Amino acid sequence: MAALLEVEGLKAYYGASEALHGIGFTLAQGGITTILGANGAGKTTCLRALAGMVRRLGSIRFDGRAIERLATEDIARLGVAHVPEGRGTFTGLTVDENLRVAAHTRRDAAAVRDDLERVFAYFPRLKERVAQQAGTLSGGEQQMLAIGRALMLRPRLMLLDEPSFGLAPLVVQEIFRIMRRINEEAGVSVLLVEQNAALALDLASEAYVLETGTVVLHGRAADVKKDEGIRKSYLGY
Amino acid sequence: MEQLLQQIASGLASGAIYACVALALVMIFTATDHLNFAQGEMAMFSTYLCWQFMQSGLGFWTALAATVALSFLIGVLIERFILRPLAGASVLSSVVVFIGLLAIFHSLAGGIWSHTIKQFPSPFPSTTLGAGIIGGHQIGMVAVTLVMLGLLFSFFRFTSLGLAMRAAAQNPVSARLVGVRVDWMLALGWGLAAAIGAVAGAMVAPVVYLEPNMMTSVLLYGFAGALVGGISSPGGAVFGGFLVGVIENLVAYFGNLTEKLFGVYVIGNGEKLTVALIIVITILTLKPAGLFGRVITKRV
Repeated sequence: MAALLEVEGLKAYYGASEALHGIGFTLAQGGITTILGANGAGKTTCLRALAGMVRRLGSIRFDGRAIERLATEDIARLGVAHVPEGRGTFTGLTVDENLRVAAHTRRDAAAVRDDLERVFAYFPRLKERVAQQAGTLSGGEQQMLAIGRALMLRPRLMLLDEPSFGLAPLVVQEIFRIMRRINEEAGVSVLLVEQNAALALDLASEAYVLETGTVVLHGRAADVKKDEGIRKSYLGY
Repeated sequence: MEQLLQQIASGLASGAIYACVALALVMIFTATDHLNFAQGEMAMFSTYLCWQFMQSGLGFWTALAATVALSFLIGVLIERFILRPLAGASVLSSVVVFIGLLAIFHSLAGGIWSHTIKQFPSPFPSTTLGAGIIGGHQIGMVAVTLVMLGLLFSFFRFTSLGLAMRAAAQNPVSARLVGVRVDWMLALGWGLAAAIGAVAGAMVAPVVYLEPNMMTSVLLYGFAGALVGGISSPGGAVFGGFLVGVIENLVAYFGNLTEKLFGVYVIGNGEKLTVALIIVITILTLKPAGLFGRVITKRV
């Protein structure tokens, strides 16, 4: 399988302080990869660096193309859809508008409608609320909306930041099930950052473990799950 | 009674202009959290451009179309070259720049076209309707404003560019993540605000005459309108503009009435601006978010 994303020596900065100290990893086309780590290990920063939301140095190649100097909006237009921590809902817009804004540059109205239907097929609850102000949705529905909005970009890679945050376990399971379908049916590769390591390792095929801004472990998700250190620190048994 | 209707009609007419200015202010405010104090002077400068176009032989509507286009461009350029470098600077720096722009446009207009008052033609017939209750120009002002507001509403409501602009104003970070060029949306917002101001200026100039101070009080009324309606709500700002226009005329009307009845002068034409400012202060005290504005709470 060809690599979809190749990252080398990635450093990221908040002001003058360095939050990522030169990490490297590779994402295979079509896979689900998870980044694990404690609070402050640099997981979110890593996704933000990939999406061009923080100052970064190093090399990021997406589909063979260098993207480390591109602006956030251009990275999104290339097909890297970042679903941010906290969902980033446009609370004053309707559900329909939240989804459509991701297709605002496209002129093919019929194809946009097809994509909307595809999102509604994954998330029927969004269809029920299509004309509602997005700010009135529940947390789970807003997470679905954020993923749906990302899908409207027709992404090849989705960066998912803490999709389970603040949600009831049943809702989280539902969202993770749908993510697997999106990965398998739409062929969207996924890079997942998640506090709930057990869930993340179930979904992912590959895993990286970050500690204070550096990669300390990498392997197949099934193997990482068996690693004793991981089990104790992240899985809690 | 007839006089009362007359006052309301003329209140609606000037309210239309305040509504335009209020809308221009709100457009920039919702996108940047800044109030453009130079909005009035930019509109005044545009009105001079319109006058210049007419002097060179263009008809009113052609001149206005050219002015709107040119003002749009000026607005975009101001954002790109003057305000862009200030992104992330403190509020105070932006305020100083806005006041600087105000002074620049003011002296520029005075320097190029002199401070003497000029006549500005009205494109509408001077006949009156309803036995003198409302004049042709007043009807025209309201009509032009309503058409423009309708176009703007449709633009924001039904086009994908309008949607992208709303998204960029609401949540710039998320907008970037879905590929919206937020920087350009801001520039576009400035262009639109300048274009709205140009229309407002050309509509009010036949009434207040053309001179560098023509928009000073209009801006204050527009500001009052925006605050009454809610500085974060475009529809509210438009409503507020009309409301302020009607209120200021009613104040004068009832002032005259009390004077006639009781022979005491309480309030009249001279206090119109005072009333506008009292409205601003009252609203800010009682309902800071305005009639239709959203109360914004921030977690700390």
